[in-house]
Amino acid sequence: MKGVSLPNGVSTSSTNGLLRGVSLPNGVSTCSINGLTARPTTGDYCGYCGEPSDGGDGPPSDVHRRCGERLAMEPPRYCAACRRRMKVQVAPLGWTAECSRHGVIAS
Amino acid sequence: MTIQENVTPSPNSASVGKGYQGKGHHILDIARQQVLEDGIGLTQAQLEEILRLPDEALAAALELAHQVRLRHCGEDVEVEGIISIKTGGCPEDCHFCSQSGLFDSPVRGVWLDIPELVKAAKETAATGATEFCIVAAVRGPDIKLMNQIKFAIDRINEEVDINIACSLGMLTQRQVDQLKDWGVHRYNHNLETARSYFPEVVTTHTYEERLETCAMVKDAGMELCCGALIGMGESLEQRAELAAQLAALEPHEVPLNFLNPRPGTPLENQGIMDGKDALRAIAAFRLAMPRTVLRYAGGRELTLGDLGTRDGLLGGINAVIVGNYLTTLGRPATADLNLLVDLNMPIKELQKTL
Repeated sequence: MKGVSLPNGVSTSSTNGLLRGVSLPNGVSTCSINGLTARPTTGDYCGYCGEPSDGGDGPPSDVHRRCGERLAMEPPRYCAACRRRMKVQVAPLGWTAECSRHGVIAS
Repeated sequence: MTIQENVTPSPNSASVGKGYQGKGHHILDIARQQVLEDGIGLTQAQLEEILRLPDEALAAALELAHQVRLRHCGEDVEVEGIISIKTGGCPEDCHFCSQSGLFDSPVRGVWLDIPELVKAAKETAATGATEFCIVAAVRGPDIKLMNQIKFAIDRINEEVDINIACSLGMLTQRQVDQLKDWGVHRYNHNLETARSYFPEVVTTHTYEERLETCAMVKDAGMELCCGALIGMGESLEQRAELAAQLAALEPHEVPLNFLNPRPGTPLENQGIMDGKDALRAIAAFRLAMPRTVLRYAGGRELTLGDLGTRDGLLGGINAVIVGNYLTTLGRPATADLNLLVDLNMPIKELQKTL
């Protein structure tokens, strides 16, 4: 897995078999399990359903917790910062998701 | 079987129990002679009986299917990677698909550039895979897509030792001939579901149109990869019908998908199919097609879980899609590759058919 630069210089990284939380802009966080990166269940918008995250700094709602589980099995479709639908390219061993405003994230 | 006794399966596991050997289930005795010994696939009516076997006979059905696979296909497992060269914006209305432009799906249209495609082919080959399938979400290819495919094939062949397959929708005879000339050794075009259920799932083209492309591919001498997607609400009779209709086509490969309900599609609220039903289907498909490459494809992670995945590989499956799918993620490639090592199943080696 590779590190990815985000627009404001924050980078994500993941390590196989380890769970690692990474801080992103606006309090968004990602985590990685066995090399699969789960995009935000907290932050402004849910990467799975695009609805506002009502979790803030607290735990996500039950709805978004299920979204978080699903994001272990698919890439995010919505930008967590602005809820724009992202251009997502899946490859056998990774994925990228591009927001026209906030740049590219990758597995 | 590798199934352990006294182990509590995980909640979404489809693992089967041990101990019952299927005695008293006449259909398994028939299948042992007809399929294992004589190499003749089961009929639609017989397949229906397999799909209706009680849970306690499932282990025996899978064991028989595994023996059929070993006898008629060998112990090798064929590993393949797939990638989408053109994602989303499809004009067709296949009700399971997040890439239809007719549904309110979050999947956006994307084209993959050729350097990225070649990189993915290299990464796929590095896993030990011998097949790389390039897929486009289209009704059928236009000139622009065909030119991209030609360019992609040439670049991949320059840099990567791997067989190239394509899945580009419905083809004209000219396009079939072109793909054959360019060295595409296998073409994927799924039936998806039974003829009797097809109009419930797709309205923008017909079953017959799908069959026409399949026939042209075979006649041209390309290997036909023709798959199924089960768990879309079809009946067991229709599942048996599908297996029989696939068997009649004599495809080189059958990828077996399990519905992963996609947001925004007409099937988004369809429940995930029962894991034991999925395993019965695996056994049935193998008993319908003793010599076909039967590949695990999309949805197995949801439907079968880790233990069920193992059971299927010991129940008739002899090929896997490694890593991710077209719009969703699979298990980490290492999980499947390690499982094959655990099961002592060798990965099929590359035999270029060019």
